[in-house]
Amino acid sequence: MTRPMDHTSIAGKHFPTAEHVPLVVLGAGPAGIAAAVEAAGLGLKVMLIDEHPVASALMGIDVPWMFGERMTAAVQNQGRMLEQIVAARPDLQAAFDAGVDVRLGVYAWGAFVEGPTSKALPGSLLGLADEERSWLIRFDRIIVAAGARDLGLAFPGWDRPGVMGAQGFAAATALYGAFSGRRIAIIGSGALAAQVARQAAAAGVAVAATIDATQRITAVLGEAEVEGIAYARLDGSAPATAACDTIVLAVDLVPNVEMFDLLGCATKFAAEKGGYVPVTDAAGRCSASVYAAGDCAGICDASIATPDRAIASGRNAARLAVADAGRAAPAADPIPPADTADRDAWRRAFLAAHATDRALTICRCEEVPLEDLVGVRPPRYLDYDATKFENRDIRTLAAMGPVNQDQVKRLTRAGMGPCQGRRCREQVQTLLAMQGNQASGDIPMPSYRAPLRPLPLKVINAADETAEMRAGWTTWFGIPAQWLAQWEPAPEGLSWQNRHNRSYEG
Amino acid sequence: MTSHVVIVGGGATGLSSAFWLRREGVAVTVIEKGIVGWEASGRNGGGATHPYSPLFREEQRLWPMMDDLLGYPTEHRPQRVRIAINQSQLDIMRATENLAAKQGFKVEELDNKAMRELIPWVGDDVAGGAIYHYGGQANPQRTLQAYAWAVQDLGGTIMQHTVVTGFETTGGKITGVQTDQGLVGCDAVVLAAGPHTAQLAAMLGISVPVMAARAEMIVTEPVPLISVGGSDGNGLYGRQTLRGNLAYGGGPHEWIDLPDHRTPRAVNSPVMRSVARRLFELFPKLGHIRVIRSWAGVIENTPDGRPILERLDSPENLVVASMSSVGFGLSPATGRAIMQLVTQGHCDFANLDYLKLNRFEGLGPNWAEEVGWRPWSPEEEGAA
Repeated sequence: MTRPMDHTSIAGKHFPTAEHVPLVVLGAGPAGIAAAVEAAGLGLKVMLIDEHPVASALMGIDVPWMFGERMTAAVQNQGRMLEQIVAARPDLQAAFDAGVDVRLGVYAWGAFVEGPTSKALPGSLLGLADEERSWLIRFDRIIVAAGARDLGLAFPGWDRPGVMGAQGFAAATALYGAFSGRRIAIIGSGALAAQVARQAAAAGVAVAATIDATQRITAVLGEAEVEGIAYARLDGSAPATAACDTIVLAVDLVPNVEMFDLLGCATKFAAEKGGYVPVTDAAGRCSASVYAAGDCAGICDASIATPDRAIASGRNAARLAVADAGRAAPAADPIPPADTADRDAWRRAFLAAHATDRALTICRCEEVPLEDLVGVRPPRYLDYDATKFENRDIRTLAAMGPVNQDQVKRLTRAGMGPCQGRRCREQVQTLLAMQGNQASGDIPMPSYRAPLRPLPLKVINAADETAEMRAGWTTWFGIPAQWLAQWEPAPEGLSWQNRHNRSYEG
Repeated sequence: MTSHVVIVGGGATGLSSAFWLRREGVAVTVIEKGIVGWEASGRNGGGATHPYSPLFREEQRLWPMMDDLLGYPTEHRPQRVRIAINQSQLDIMRATENLAAKQGFKVEELDNKAMRELIPWVGDDVAGGAIYHYGGQANPQRTLQAYAWAVQDLGGTIMQHTVVTGFETTGGKITGVQTDQGLVGCDAVVLAAGPHTAQLAAMLGISVPVMAARAEMIVTEPVPLISVGGSDGNGLYGRQTLRGNLAYGGGPHEWIDLPDHRTPRAVNSPVMRSVARRLFELFPKLGHIRVIRSWAGVIENTPDGRPILERLDSPENLVVASMSSVGFGLSPATGRAIMQLVTQGHCDFANLDYLKLNRFEGLGPNWAEEVGWRPWSPEEEGAA
């Protein structure tokens, strides 16, 4: 006997998948390429996905990195940029040679896996898209090698065009060969700042100043664009200015954990790894079929300085995935322990030095100033009674329980804009923790949601949806009695007793 | 005189009840297992247009006053536009009895030209639709925090991160609510815990038939403001926020099991692509507008999809409130009705006679399974 089915529910709906891939590797940086080549060499069919070249429109809103409007018009030609990227990543040739199915210019924007509120899937699905359309694939295992994001940190003038991140700068110079600046100032004094200086030298870009942790930025000079930077020692002494057209924020990077969150993997805050990182078992698994490789599992100075650690971790993740798939694979290679600097302290020190003016913009998309963030104020386009907020702020909210960044986001809109919180997520976390005298890790990671890249309606659109999806579509459940006058009994034919008797078939 | 009411559930219904009770001078304690407004109450379309409800008139009367009553912005905006993109949708719209018009509210048909003037993004060939000179929408997240802050401003107590573990009863009355933070004494209790209302009622030996489901929505980047934010159709519900984002949902829900007092994180499914498809069909001139976010929530439904709003006979100081998946928009009125149920035993502005638990007498323990309201997996197809 067939069990009754609610045809307006997800039951019986199918989601067409373009293919079923044994192993997906996400990200074609050093870790991802090494993972893909290793797994293919050990006999697994591998799809290697990377979003570059990304649409220039996304670069314009600092997705996925802080490009600071410093990309030349060349990036509008994605075909040309594709060739540029293949040339800039010579290791990709090894992946082609190994028979890896390499997909460049493809966004991995969603993951749909079984969980307590999701049982209706045929398996683990990944949402992919290019500039024209989106589609789903099914996968058995996935190695996430999604790299790192720029750490956005506010300072006076940081919302001016010409302020970019170290990842954005690396992409502009080395990956895309499309940097429009000539003279940069570097903010930062660690391994990342040193890397930016090396990349600048290689690209023939002048470095006008390097501003380290003993200094603070007092102003960005220029009207519409960056024309220079003013800075001084933390105590205000030794003020100086430097003429530059670009400012590269290079205090630190952030492990890119968004896909782990969608894949249902746990994350934890690790100050020595640059933020939230996936929780792994002793062998390195994030879950039975998810593996992390490279910077997305944690940042350290050694991984910024050379790709060696990323490559080794990519290979090890591949071997683990191959073994889990029931094939022979060599044991993991040892990787030297990472340095254990307190990278969270760098953020705190930077914000303590710079987030002093309550008018400083923290969320650029939604124009949320520091005072509205810590005062948990509504956005300024709403009329509200300011006196009501005189005795309310982040501390009074904290008195009701641990501060939750998603809750603060809903109230202030900090992190709700088109850049999807990329520029302010971490600093909001740090600022909330500092305000409440809490450890940064006490602020739960705000959730990530698909699409992980802003995608046009016509692209994310399910052009491939099935006929039963359309046939079974209702705006809100399919309970007819719900929409009839409830000050009367439900009509005989629609009462629960009646539906019950005819074993509801929609 | 009821002097202290414990409200279990810090969602729209519970917080509104606390607000209205506190205005009457009744001491209230809201017990919330997580954060106020965190679940479905803060994750919905924000619609406030429910003409089939006995609370409709009160919903319409109260919403324009809520910002002033609460003291915090709710982003309430009046009116609603229903869009028919083709003739068949228009025919269905016309054929459906308009319960609001029947109650004297004004509905105005819109032709192709009028619709295109109102909403520039519809297709040139849009069939038409109607503007409702009633109803409206608000921002659920902002409204829920407004309720909570208003309750506190009035001297009410909200206990977050507190789990109810049982009840103490004496002589046919509940005298205390046991929690993981200790016992909270009370003169009356309101159970308004959404999908968890059934588990809590079961602790008192009361059967409340509800089944939980997950539903989801998508959000776009901001677009220029249209005059009636609550404009929807084509199988979608939703609204334009005052910031300009489009937030829309609709389509298949997923029935889920709730094994304990926790609400599992509601994830999105590939259905979100089909929501985007319908939004693109509804607003074909917005194909380039980017989806930046999505969300999902868990709601409950009763067997007939109608609320349970009743002060029971036994225990006689208990009000059970489940809004059966339509709670947010009605909440200003629901809370006021519950205040009256608590303080005077009956509601004097709405007929709640048919929203009582006893209509489900005779319902078997497997009622949800028998109508297919249960988790489903494709493996069943292979096994069949």
